[in-house]
Amino acid sequence: MSVLVYTENWDGKFKKLSFELVSYAKGVAEMLGTKTTVVSIGNVDEAELAKLGNYGASKILKVEGDNLSSLDNQVFTGIISQAAIKENASVVILSHNNTGKAIAPRLAVKLNAALASGLGKLPLSVDPFTVNKKVFSGKAFADVVLSSDVKVLTLAQNSFELIENGGAAVIETFDAEVGQVKTKVKDIQKQTGKILLNDAEIVVSGGRGMKSPDNWGTIEELAELLEAATACSRPVSDEGWRPHNEHTGQTGKIIAPNLYIAAGISGAIQHLAGVSSSKCIVAINTDKDAPIFEAADYGIVGDALKVLPEFINAVKEIKAK
Amino acid sequence: MKIAVCLGNVPDTTTKVKFVDGATLDKAGIQWIINPWDELALTRAIELKEDAGNAVNSVTAITVGGKDSEPTIRKALAIGADDAIRVDAEPADAFAVASELAEVIKGKDFDIIMCGIESSDYNGSAVGGMLAEILDLPSVSAVSKMNISGNEIELDREIDGGKEVVTVQTPFVAVVQKGIAKEPRIAAMRGIMMARKKPLDVVPSTGISANAEFKSFGLPQPKAPCKMVDPANVAELVSLLQNEAKVL
Ligand SMILES: Cc1cc2nc3c(=O)[nH]c(=O)nc-3n(C[C@H](O)[C@H](O)[C@H](O)COP(=O)(O)OP(=O)(O)OC[C@H]3O[C@@H](n4cnc5c(N)ncnc54)[C@H](O)[C@@H]3O)c2cc1C
Ligand SMILES: Nc1ncnc2c1ncn2[C@@H]1O[C@H](COP(=O)(O)O)[C@@H](O)[C@H]1O
Repeated sequence: MSVLVYTENWDGKFKKLSFELVSYAKGVAEMLGTKTTVVSIGNVDEAELAKLGNYGASKILKVEGDNLSSLDNQVFTGIISQAAIKENASVVILSHNNTGKAIAPRLAVKLNAALASGLGKLPLSVDPFTVNKKVFSGKAFADVVLSSDVKVLTLAQNSFELIENGGAAVIETFDAEVGQVKTKVKDIQKQTGKILLNDAEIVVSGGRGMKSPDNWGTIEELAELLEAATACSRPVSDEGWRPHNEHTGQTGKIIAPNLYIAAGISGAIQHLAGVSSSKCIVAINTDKDAPIFEAADYGIVGDALKVLPEFINAVKEIKAK
Repeated sequence: MKIAVCLGNVPDTTTKVKFVDGATLDKAGIQWIINPWDELALTRAIELKEDAGNAVNSVTAITVGGKDSEPTIRKALAIGADDAIRVDAEPADAFAVASELAEVIKGKDFDIIMCGIESSDYNGSAVGGMLAEILDLPSVSAVSKMNISGNEIELDREIDGGKEVVTVQTPFVAVVQKGIAKEPRIAAMRGIMMARKKPLDVVPSTGISANAEFKSFGLPQPKAPCKMVDPANVAELVSLLQNEAKVL
């Protein structure tokens, strides 16, 4: 028996999300009294792979190949399922990011496994295998019992603490059979230099209360100062004030940063669905009855166009100290 | 070319959910809608058909649900689907739904099968991928744009930190998200009249069983009240964030 975890790489590098996944997998493995194996697909050098040992991986299976640099759902599902069978995995764990959402359901079918997605906590019990998951976009939680022999789980980003334990992993090359690649990538457009919204620990977000795209300077300045990502409400991206990939909420990105600063956002239920897992929410709104204050930890009733510049000054002051 | 759109029936997104004995959803007073992403998928499918440059012959809406989900599938016909299928089964879990869908889709020669990225009720993000695997078809997920050129389909898919333009051959499953269509199309009076005459096939369930059981439900802990800071003292807020919340 074992716990298998798939760690995606970005141009050969891992990121915090990868370490969260391995820490989580290690936690599940301990509950089951077993060990954690990682499967890595694509070219990642040994030094990078070795980092995963520190978070609890005992073994790493690396699968390398020329046509494995971009995602083909069927090919990747095939490789991970071969690794799961080789390792006799009873639990397979992926991230609940775009890649994980694309592969995990396929993998579940292939392994005759039940799937539980978007988890933020360790299972409640392993016998029967029970997990607690968000449902109704965070408006409720459910205890879900997975009755199959093998289980596939996906972990929500930024929801599990990193646990370093100084371990070292054995790295093996795994010669998996690579199926036919059917999705061809014609072009890649990468966001460069900016902190990605899903990765960010602090997010500064603006809504329609910011009045005009010309007022985004303060949002961007504050974000830069705090090493934060920028976000917005849906109408703001629909109006074309901000790019679509910044929109948070039920139909946009679902994030869980440590700090979410909402300026001029009313806090509609569909917006909160994307941000309510943030550890701390700050709201700046002229309307004291705006629903955002029900979700917020700290609030200022005031004009965001005036409050944000003062916020920036106050942060500069503490930084100067 | 034939397109199928898989639609789920979900509570309106503003619904305040309640449960009976912590075990089943209290359906009293809930307004049911087409799952938001599925509505966008349907909109895009209809747009592709209307554009004469594409050889799209038909758009079929498919749902797995009891009789009470019929208004939702009728709405899909009113918006512009040509025909519809309802599999008469309560959606027990993603695997059961995907299996039922696979059973009706098999042998129908759809070129593009569209699903949404997740249903807004159980938030599985699972059915589309499962369906593709059961049917042994390629799938592309997080699709935010879809165009047809000849036999090839060109798609934008979101990746962490950007997007990729990919092509895939038909038949395949597209799991779509925001961006796939600008605004969901709403049914016009004419569409509603016409929908009554469009074929809606009700097929029996194959009885495939679920492997994930939603045992009990709970509501989140009520939050501590928001701490208000005087707008004349923004520095205090920053200090609280630094020293009390410890997030700066
Ligand atoms: C199916 C569905 C899905 C949806 N999905 C999403 C989603 O994913 N994300 C999302 O965001 N929305 C979503 N929405 C839309 C959502 O219902 C709201 O309409 C939207 O979130 C409102 O955006 P807003 O808060 O920026 O604007 P508004 O509701 O217009 O609020 C503006 C706020 O700014 C305040 N304000 C005005 N001036 C100032 C000032 N000078 N300083 C400070 N505050 C000021 C006002 O008091 C108000 O509270 C969805 C809707 C539906 C039906
Ligand atoms: N009961 C259903 N009937 C038809 N399609 C469904 C049903 N439930 C989910 N789907 C499809 O699967 C997608 C993902 O759903 P889920 O896996 O439940 O998050 C939805 O966006 C729909 O396209």
